[in-house]
Amino acid sequence: MNKVEQALLTDSHIDDAILTNTLESMMGRQVDFADLYFQSSKHESWMLEDGIVKEGSYNMERGVGVRAISGEKTGFAYSDDISPQALQQAADAAKGIAENGQGGQVQAFKRQSPIKIYQAIEPLASLTQEQKIALLHEVEAHARQLDSRVSQVIVSLSGVYEKILVAASDGTYGTDIRPLVRLNCSVLVEENGKRERASAGGGARTDYSYFFELENTKARYLTYAEEAVRQALVNLVAVEAPAGSFPVVLGAGWPGVLLHEAVGHGLEGDFNRKGSSTFSGKVGSKVCSELCTIVDDGTMANRRGSLSIDDEGTPGQYNVLIEKGILKGYMQDKHNASLMGVNSTGNGRRESYAHLPMPRMTNTYMLAGESSPEDIIKSVKKGIYAPNFAGGQVDITSGKFVFTSSEAYLIENGEITTPVKGATLIGSGPEAMKNVSMVGNDLKLDAGVGVCGKDGQSVPVGVGQPTLKINEMTIGGTQ
Amino acid sequence: MTTASKINDPLIEQMGEVKERVAKVLELAKTLGADGAEVAMSRQQGLSVGTRLGEVENVEFTNDGALGITVYQQGRKGSASTADLSEKALSQAVEAAVNIAKYTSVDDCSGLADKTLLAMQSKDLDLYHPKALTTEQAIDIAKACEQSALESDQRISNSDGASLDCFSGFKVYGNSHDQLVAYPSSRHSLSCVVIAGSDDDMQRDYAYDVNRDFSLLDSGVDIGQKAAHEVISRLHPQKLSTMKVPVLFRADIANTLWGHFIAAISGGNLYRKSSFLLEALGEIVFPEFLSIQERPHIPKALASSAFDSEGVATQDRDIITDGALQTYLLTSYSARKLGLTTTGHAGGIHNWLVSTNNAQHSGDFDAMLKTLGTGLLVTELMGQGVNVVNGDYSRGAAGFWVENGEIAYPVSEITIAGKLQDMFKGIIAVGSDIDMHGSIRTGSVLIEEMQVAGQ
Repeated sequence: MNKVEQALLTDSHIDDAILTNTLESMMGRQVDFADLYFQSSKHESWMLEDGIVKEGSYNMERGVGVRAISGEKTGFAYSDDISPQALQQAADAAKGIAENGQGGQVQAFKRQSPIKIYQAIEPLASLTQEQKIALLHEVEAHARQLDSRVSQVIVSLSGVYEKILVAASDGTYGTDIRPLVRLNCSVLVEENGKRERASAGGGARTDYSYFFELENTKARYLTYAEEAVRQALVNLVAVEAPAGSFPVVLGAGWPGVLLHEAVGHGLEGDFNRKGSSTFSGKVGSKVCSELCTIVDDGTMANRRGSLSIDDEGTPGQYNVLIEKGILKGYMQDKHNASLMGVNSTGNGRRESYAHLPMPRMTNTYMLAGESSPEDIIKSVKKGIYAPNFAGGQVDITSGKFVFTSSEAYLIENGEITTPVKGATLIGSGPEAMKNVSMVGNDLKLDAGVGVCGKDGQSVPVGVGQPTLKINEMTIGGTQ
Repeated sequence: MTTASKINDPLIEQMGEVKERVAKVLELAKTLGADGAEVAMSRQQGLSVGTRLGEVENVEFTNDGALGITVYQQGRKGSASTADLSEKALSQAVEAAVNIAKYTSVDDCSGLADKTLLAMQSKDLDLYHPKALTTEQAIDIAKACEQSALESDQRISNSDGASLDCFSGFKVYGNSHDQLVAYPSSRHSLSCVVIAGSDDDMQRDYAYDVNRDFSLLDSGVDIGQKAAHEVISRLHPQKLSTMKVPVLFRADIANTLWGHFIAAISGGNLYRKSSFLLEALGEIVFPEFLSIQERPHIPKALASSAFDSEGVATQDRDIITDGALQTYLLTSYSARKLGLTTTGHAGGIHNWLVSTNNAQHSGDFDAMLKTLGTGLLVTELMGQGVNVVNGDYSRGAAGFWVENGEIAYPVSEITIAGKLQDMFKGIIAVGSDIDMHGSIRTGSVLIEEMQVAGQ
């Protein structure tokens, strides 16, 4: 018996027999699959502003979600009370989608021990309260001493400790402990009545010691302050961005948001089962420039988007989505995979026990190419270099996607010149990806800040890419 | 709803029990040494069904509850929340909040709202209209809605389905100023998403309605037909060339503009000097024909509330009169930071009505198209390209090209950009085609000129 079973089952007087009986009570002639998802989480956050620690909060969540699947139909109910009675009530409600069966076959549980991609640690206790407060103050002090134009600093720290347990009628039985930490620094800079705000931060599936590790001889938490101040000062002197179609060079790392929006969502199994994605029915076809190989990788050690097992108990995987421009496959959860006659790819994720799982991304990135970043910039006569973005959005049916730059520069005659203000870039996913004409040798993942929203559910994700050039995109400036 | 029906309603009975629990939690906070405390607890239950291509897709039974507590101890603040409402978890939450308040800093501006501003009684705003539907009835309603969309045009090629959601619940709020108030509410919505076209020219669009009272929802047939009409009208879009043109924001999209205005006059952004409307009180922000009123007590309205999330009584307010800013939107914290009094906006706004005092600057949708003449009608916006610190605005857009007051063809993959302060002053007209789906009741908004980027 492990810690997760103790906390989620034993303490609530639930044993294997109850799990099996509950699942059996749902399975019948018309229910092909049922699963139970137990979860408990602790979450804390601290916020410093105006030089004082203004807010601290602690959140607890605990509950069980019960799902029954019959063909394309899903019945779902949940309870914030984990008890044998509440479990049976939820099961009775969830199985209501199908005619009552006689009680069906449930496979014996196969307790799996997948490779741990992150450690089962409790991040909230990894620093004392005093140390957390001191960390916030140090980030602030560092940001303020970097430049006298820094007029405000907001620093926030958060940690999550989550336990999950999945038991399913197909014999799946898995547990996971998922730590997640995040530190963020936001600054306001002021000069001659002009103000700009910028923020930077990072995080990982580990504990707070992550922020004290060295990155290029400097503790990580200091680099966040430096990055926020640097970006804000760049924007203080930024001029209006141009309007129209231009070549665009995207920086390495976080600009991988491009792949998340332009390609990633459109390759999620649910949309493709329904035929509602611009990528539907295109497995085996060329959908990108042959320079592009794009993967979704849940197996990267300690990464924000990584999963030892997904929320259906399937181990996290390295999935090649697009290889040299050719579409290889979609990201799947169990339900969509079985309807499409393939296997789950370990992408079944849910925000919590109170939400249904869906195919979702983990860490999505493009593999490195052969060009040097310098050569990529040199190849552009007039265009935009965008190393940082605020976020993006996609319409998976039409393929139109946007993302908004938070740091960008003009490229003039092969050189990076004037900084330009944040602007929205818009394109069509398949078209933009066919227009990728150079891919850098400098693959980088983001710092661990990504949140992806779909159907009202948020999950942590990662993105990454090398520097790359798109021959033409529409830039929404004002000039 | 009669008072008699309330008595036998288990949800109303539960609300009474929860009020007692909130009082106990406040008592516990006091025992643990808090000199001030506030507790909010909500409970929501409901049924969501989704159908797609005539078949049931999802049946979800929702049942959510949460409790949040904030304690104050000699100017220090600590918060905790829990979705586990067992007695043990509630005690743990109070202990956690009190513990946190040992480590946060003394902040002169923090604390409960002033007692004189609180709503000591709730008000019946007619927000509670629970609807007991069987799963089968709910499925039939969603199916009929989707079927109406699928049947209305042969070019509808696929569907993302229809869904019906019926929720009812209550909120309880109490604090150590002896305030203990509660109210029940309901919310029902019916929506439909359909797809038209194929391969590289596929479009999706949707239609929906939402109401406190189920019997006032638009019919599923109407919603389905509207969704079908929307998506068909988007087929075969073109890109525009890069140019400066007048832009008409359709009423359901125009509320986003007011949303940016709300952010710009919200206390949190003002005291952080993170707004392009600092020191704007009394100043002309919009054209003189434009006014905005806030009416928190409209019966059955979606953003009606007798008190805000700090228990402060809400009241009718003028936000904009003849183009001039009449008030900021403050919580008790941001008000203290700014040396002002809270306006009861903790948790957001309460029913805004956008109006014009001059018929020349208004008209129905067709009249607005005529006033636009030749330019862009925006029906969809994408992305987050709005900077409230300096007013920079740049978003992805889709809609229609309009020539001489008539819709000519759909457009997509373009951006529109400008500065919010210029866009606000550049409003030429606000339509009488009021969108009633949200907390802001506005007609379509015509802006004199914006930068469009395309080919």
